[in-house]
Amino acid sequence: MRRSKLSHFLFFMLPALILIGTFVVYPSLRTILLSFFDEDGHLTLKNYVKVLSSRDTINKEGIARGEFPLGTLLHNAIWIALHLPLTIIMGLILAVILRKTWGGNLLKTFVFFGMVMPMIVGGVMINFMFDANVGVVNAFLRLFGLQVKTWTAHPETALFSLILGSVWLWTGFSMTLYSAGLETIPKDFYEAAAIDGAGPFVQFFKITVPLLKPITVVVATMTLLWDLKIFDIVYVATQGGPGGASNVLAIQMYNYAFIEFDYGKAAVVAVLLTVFTMIAAIPLIRSVGEEK
Amino acid sequence: MSKKLVVNIIGWIFGLVWLVPFMGVFMTAIRPMDELLNGWWDFSSFHPSFNNFYQAWNHPTAPLSRGIPNSLIVATSATVLPLVIATMAGYYLARYRFPLKKLVYIVVVITLALPLQMVAIPLYEMLLKMNLLDSYIGLILLHTAWGTPWITFFMRNFFTTLPPQIEEAARIDGASDFKIFFKIAFPLSLPAIGSAAALQFTWVWSSFFLELITIYTPERFLATQRIPLMRGVYHVDWGVLSAAAIMVMMVPILVYLLLQKYYIRGMIGWSMK
Repeated sequence: MRRSKLSHFLFFMLPALILIGTFVVYPSLRTILLSFFDEDGHLTLKNYVKVLSSRDTINKEGIARGEFPLGTLLHNAIWIALHLPLTIIMGLILAVILRKTWGGNLLKTFVFFGMVMPMIVGGVMINFMFDANVGVVNAFLRLFGLQVKTWTAHPETALFSLILGSVWLWTGFSMTLYSAGLETIPKDFYEAAAIDGAGPFVQFFKITVPLLKPITVVVATMTLLWDLKIFDIVYVATQGGPGGASNVLAIQMYNYAFIEFDYGKAAVVAVLLTVFTMIAAIPLIRSVGEEK
Repeated sequence: MSKKLVVNIIGWIFGLVWLVPFMGVFMTAIRPMDELLNGWWDFSSFHPSFNNFYQAWNHPTAPLSRGIPNSLIVATSATVLPLVIATMAGYYLARYRFPLKKLVYIVVVITLALPLQMVAIPLYEMLLKMNLLDSYIGLILLHTAWGTPWITFFMRNFFTTLPPQIEEAARIDGASDFKIFFKIAFPLSLPAIGSAAALQFTWVWSSFFLELITIYTPERFLATQRIPLMRGVYHVDWGVLSAAAIMVMMVPILVYLLLQKYYIRGMIGWSMK
């Protein structure tokens, strides 16, 4: 490590710090302030009360009847509860199986395309897959004589179709990280286990899964952040509809700020969302804190 | 049945779940509307053409002939700028002692987790005051600022793996710190810069939220902004929409296919240190 002169600091570091300060740190602090003030500039918790008691956020009637919309807070929670385990499991299965499949690299490329494409296009792909007429999901169901519909257009299935679609889009991420992780596990481990009589399932759960644990932490953190920030897919596929049935926090914030122009309420939603992402990022922050 | 065959069959069943929708979009894009009435999988008549691509490119309300060049301009600028700024900052963090280093790391990580909604309103007002709303300069500045933290971190990690001996030797020969950076460290870091560039470019290309709140004039709309417009509300022309989707996703996919090595390395380095 070299000692830094002021000129070094100014030259190397200052442009980055100015940019981050102006366009990231300052506006974040402003939003926190905004959430605590009303239109007349008085300090208040009114905005928080309004948002948390709103049926957009938590819809008590919907919950009582078990019908969508349940409110953005619950929609995001459902999204995480389904999407997080599904992408982790799918990614791991694909990484393990496609490694031994003929043409597996080609298939991996297509799985990966799902996460490379812009999520705006991803939303269109979801619409396309779940459409009543052109969708493959319905074509598949028709084979079994099941009733078909445009899944994203009905309140009871809109959110679930988006979540399933987002598993399809995001599995490429976990699969790629797991594939890279599998390359680092020495073959001897499996050979030794095979000599001791361990079958493929025992090997998978006793060797592969524990050794990939650090990767699982990364995948889970990134996926959690992705789930919380979900916006583009919903915006293009359902606009949070029908009737708010697939609304999520990020969309709610956008609607409050740029459709209703209620900055106070919008700031509250943004702060809530940020609190959740910060909790999700704890492993990340901790890993950086440990560095010297 | 042999074990190998079972694995292959399971692998391909899973693989088809991803392969078939892509095939569907492609088939829908290259065929006329009347052939799609019974689904794109019906090949009783098959007349492929590029007509849908032509129509998406020259769409009356949301032509991609304007959107794709716009996105190229923004994505290229918003890749080059943060790379220069963040490579310098990353180098500084890796090579120099300075008191608030840990704080900088923490800000960087927090930025990785921060949702754009957290800054949307103040940024909107700020750009409005600076007269940079509805302009690419404003948008490029925002992307540069939001790309800088992770690239800084990424480059710092790269520079810490680079042995400092060469740089120390140059210093003994009398080279200044700035010269050492530009003549030695910067060229050596080109592979890492390639990784960061591939990721940053695709992210800016794919970005939608910042565009949605800052760009209003239809001619200035980026490629991603044109997709929801092309979708229509009541009637969806799947042929044109599929063609547009393919064109907009083709750019990041090409970046990925051409720079696969860098891309994957970047993604792994970015998420696993």
